[in-house]
Amino acid sequence: MNRMSLADALHVLHTVRRNDQVVVSTMGAAREWMKLGTHELDFIYAPSAMGAAPSVGLGMALARPEKQVIVLNGDGCMLMNLGCLVSITAAAPPNLVLIVCDNSVYEVTGQQWTAAADQVRPAGSVVDFCQVARGCGFSAVFNFENIEDWRRAAGDICNRRGPVFVVLKVDPIPGGQVPKSPAPPAERAAKFAAAIQA
Amino acid sequence: MFSGAQIVSELQRMGITHVVWLPDSTLGQWEEALSSAPGLTLVRVCREGEAWAVAAGLHLGGARPLVMIQCTGLFESGDALRNALFDFGLPLFAVIGYRSALNTGAPDSARTFTEPNLRSWGLEYRLIDAPEKLGELHAHYAACRQAHRPGAVLIAEGRM
Repeated sequence: MNRMSLADALHVLHTVRRNDQVVVSTMGAAREWMKLGTHELDFIYAPSAMGAAPSVGLGMALARPEKQVIVLNGDGCMLMNLGCLVSITAAAPPNLVLIVCDNSVYEVTGQQWTAAADQVRPAGSVVDFCQVARGCGFSAVFNFENIEDWRRAAGDICNRRGPVFVVLKVDPIPGGQVPKSPAPPAERAAKFAAAIQA
Repeated sequence: MFSGAQIVSELQRMGITHVVWLPDSTLGQWEEALSSAPGLTLVRVCREGEAWAVAAGLHLGGARPLVMIQCTGLFESGDALRNALFDFGLPLFAVIGYRSALNTGAPDSARTFTEPNLRSWGLEYRLIDAPEKLGELHAHYAACRQAHRPGAVLIAEGRM
C-alpha cells in the first residue's frame, strides 16, 4: 500500500489551516506538528491520556461553536477510545474535524503492531476505520492514501460542516519518540484557554 | 433522594453550562430534567474516562462543565482524570453516584473503594447522604471554583 509520510501529510494541513482554526494534536502527530511552528490555537495534547484527544476536541467544539476544531489523532489512540466516535456524532458539533493518522503501529513504544494492523489479523479480517466511523453515525468520511489526493482535498475538508472523519494512511517514523510538552502543561493550558476564548 | 428538578435548580444556581454524563440508576432519573433545562446542555459519553476529557475541552473553551458519573465510572476514569486535573491543572468538578453507600454492610466493593479512591487522588469531596445536605453541592463547588481546584460531591445511593 502507498502511504504518505506523516511530515508531508501534516505539512499539507499546516498550509491550509486557517488562522482562526484550533488544532489539537497528540502522540506522533503532536511531535511532528510542533516542528512546523507554533500557533496560539494549537493545543499540543502532551502529556496525554491516550485516546482522549477527540474527546478534548469535542468539548472545545461544543464550547466554541464559532471555531473549527481539528483533532490530529493516531490509530492506536483511536482504538483506545472508539466509543468517542458515538459521543461525537450524538453531540454532532458541526465544527469538529477528526483526523486519524493511521500507521498501524504504536510508534512511540517501538512500533509494535496494533490489533487493527493487517499484519497481525487473520487473512481477510480487515479493520476499516472509515467503516467504523460510518457505523457510528459520521456521514462525512474520507480516506487518503497518497499525498496528492490529500493535498487537493484538505482545504475543503478542513472547512466543511461536520462532524468530519478523515483517515490519512501514513508511514511510521522509525525511532519516533513520545512528544515532549513544549512548556509546563498547566501553563500552556492557561494560555490556550485565553487564546480560544478571545 | 433528590428529584431532577432539585438537581437542575442547583446546577443552574452554580452556573453550570454542560453536564457530561454517563448515568447510573439513581442519576439516570434526572435525565428528563437535565435534558430539558434551559441553559444546560447534556453531553452523553460512552465511557466515563471520556467525560473528563470532554469536560477538559469544555473548560478550556470557557464553558462551566460538570462531570456526572457513578463511582464505578470513577474507577474507570483514572488516566483521563489524572491527565486533566494534574497534568493540565484543570479545576474540574464532578457529581459522583456512590453505589450502595446507604446500605450498611452491603457486600459491594464499589462502596469499599470509592472514598479511598478519591482520597488517593487528593480530590476534596463532600458526602451528601441526606436530603438536607443538598446545599453542600453548591457550597463545595463555589469553594473549589474560588480556589481554582478540582472537587467532587458524592451522592449516596441505596435504600434510605
